[in-house]
Amino acid sequence: MIINGVQIDDTFAEAFNMRGTRVIITAQNHKWAYNAANAMTGFATSVIGCGVEAGIERELDPSETPDGRPGVSILMFAMGSSVLMKQLENRMGQTILTCPTAAAFSGIDGNERINLGKNLRFFGDGFQISKQFGGKRYWRVPVMDGEFITEETTGMVRAVGGGNFLVLAESQPQALAACEAAIEAMRKIPNVIMPFPGGVVRSGSKVGSKYKALFASTNDAFCPTLKGITNTQLSPEIESVMEIVIDGLTDADIRKATYVGIKAACELGAANGIKRISAGNYGGKLGQFQFHLRDIMNDKSLSGEIA
Amino acid sequence: MSALTFTLKKTLAQKLDVSALTPDLLADKSPAEVSATPLPYGKQTLRADEFFDISGTDSKQIVFENANTKIDYIGAGLKTGSITINGDAGAFLGFQMKQGEIVLNGNAADFAACAMAGGLLKINGNVGDFLGAALIGDKKGMKGGTVLVSGNTGERTGDQMRRGMILIEGNAGKYCASRMLAGTIGVLGDVGEYVGYGMRRGTLLLTKKPQMHATLQDCGTHTLPYLSLMFKSFSALPSKFAKINQNRVQRYAGDLANDGKGEILVFK
Repeated sequence: MIINGVQIDDTFAEAFNMRGTRVIITAQNHKWAYNAANAMTGFATSVIGCGVEAGIERELDPSETPDGRPGVSILMFAMGSSVLMKQLENRMGQTILTCPTAAAFSGIDGNERINLGKNLRFFGDGFQISKQFGGKRYWRVPVMDGEFITEETTGMVRAVGGGNFLVLAESQPQALAACEAAIEAMRKIPNVIMPFPGGVVRSGSKVGSKYKALFASTNDAFCPTLKGITNTQLSPEIESVMEIVIDGLTDADIRKATYVGIKAACELGAANGIKRISAGNYGGKLGQFQFHLRDIMNDKSLSGEIA
Repeated sequence: MSALTFTLKKTLAQKLDVSALTPDLLADKSPAEVSATPLPYGKQTLRADEFFDISGTDSKQIVFENANTKIDYIGAGLKTGSITINGDAGAFLGFQMKQGEIVLNGNAADFAACAMAGGLLKINGNVGDFLGAALIGDKKGMKGGTVLVSGNTGERTGDQMRRGMILIEGNAGKYCASRMLAGTIGVLGDVGEYVGYGMRRGTLLLTKKPQMHATLQDCGTHTLPYLSLMFKSFSALPSKFAKINQNRVQRYAGDLANDGKGEILVFK
């Protein structure tokens, strides 16, 4: 399969069951909503070292937020509910409670509820006030800039993490340009985040290592500088490979984001040095989900919706 | 199906307890069984059709016509459906109601919404004392739901109230929000003296600064973001409160004689 001169590999991305939540962060203006959201989703690229994978989903108009102020919605994913809950509370306490004018609200329904501000209220040292509106409980915690407002809980849902694709290009700048184009298009898709810096990761990994202490190490088959000395997956003209990892609320969301991202990358085409699109997997034995690239790129329902 | 309607046909010399006449208790009852429902009347117990002309069959919506203040406990323990009262209501209107809706087109006597736990009680008229209070001897009053009053309320409005909302378009009498534990009371008119007496927690929202006793303290003027959330939740209510859109308030806290975590917010 070739799109605009770019070869789409007959392979698949392997993804996993995760637990996810959405939080709506509002503030006096978008600048401060972003300050809070960026801090909350900072150092949240991979569950391996950060506990959670998190990112900003989209910007919200005042008409879309519970308190009528400008906001952003963030998505946060973890491998289990207890990690997600712990990380959410830690991050709320250090980044939203602390950020001037910021407030946090549940952004997703669900039978399973996890704590948002439930325990942060104790920062109020007895001066905190509970209010219930429309069946939802909010906490007002007196702080130095006025009052910190937070909903007590947010919903937790089953989600999917680890969707991905690789962009193989003739040079590092060209690989990055294709990824930037893909990310720009993918950020318009709801229910997904790309958790790595700028949405792109350059250190794809394989399972295992020569060092006993490590359970993952560099994906040498895709390292361009090792082409001659390893069992490489790269043809001679490939000089740089970058990966986009996608976490989403459902597998359908990830399929859509994958389609949109690959399409945007391929629009630059072979003329701009983009040669191949591939994907990362573990032979299909570890993950519960498989996203076959050719199947996604042939899916008429995906192409029709984003015409 | 038309609403199950109870039209009062007898001049009541005693208090009549109609707590048995609610949608959940009358569900699946035949007209004969409804007519035979025993109702306490003074020291006697008589059949419902001794007092009312009964028409209609839909027990999910009950209507009382020609009602007056001798009829107590209308909608007591209501769990579902709606009750409409044309005329006045006696004491304990909506006593311990849990869900559903009661609309009173008239005035209510004392202890309306006593120990109410949920649902909507709308009073298009005035109310007596102890609206939303606790049953005498209990330590906690109303613990949920919404009460809308288009007229005035008597003394001790929201006494020992624990949760929920009481929104009054008219005036409230003396000792409004006395011993309040939590929840929200709004008054668009005036309140009497000793407002917030013994108030422990909770919010009293006022449009004008009331006369305040010494253990209520000024905490300054503030723009409180939570008010936007609250007014948004009011926006669907059939009340003048639905149109409020102002979150700049003077905040008074108290009653310091009783922990002092309550607040009286006065619009600036």
